[in-house]
Amino acid sequence: MENGASSEGKDPSTFLGEIIGAPVTVKLNSGVVYKGELQSVDGYMNIALEKSQEYVSGQLTRSYGDAFIRGNNVLYIAAV
Amino acid sequence: MADSDDAGTSSVSEPLDLVRLSLDEVVFVKLRGDRELKGRLHAYDSHCNLVLGDVEETIYVVEEDENEQETVRTIKKQEEMLFVRGDSVVLISPQA
Repeated sequence: MENGASSEGKDPSTFLGEIIGAPVTVKLNSGVVYKGELQSVDGYMNIALEKSQEYVSGQLTRSYGDAFIRGNNVLYIAAV
Repeated sequence: MADSDDAGTSSVSEPLDLVRLSLDEVVFVKLRGDRELKGRLHAYDSHCNLVLGDVEETIYVVEEDENEQETVRTIKKQEEMLFVRGDSVVLISPQA
């Protein structure tokens, strides 16, 4: 009943659902970038990433097997 | 409770499941303000409030020397038990 949204069949969480399992880039408000495989997202935009790499000002700084990112820090999620 | 029973790597159906699977394990936590923690995760909640035991805290401080060169100094601290307020948490990663 959300006017427009349902007839379009698309809303932001639909998009997020579609890219589960896909490689993504996550940028935080601090400018730090994480690249990895999107395991899951919830309503707070908390994110679980698999096989992720952390980039600070373009430089690879760290690698994580699994990583939980708290949603309030997220600027965007991009499907690569 | 059904989906919490099928443990294993495939049971991450929501992001906080990753944190749940790290209970009693050593985790790496990235905080706001260039701080990092490494310690055993005793408890957490949906705000990401954390209770960590046997913690090593690392603080990164940027300093400018006489030649205006920026250097990063690290300060390390040990804490026996730590309650971390969730709003300062950026990232939680289980340590392999």
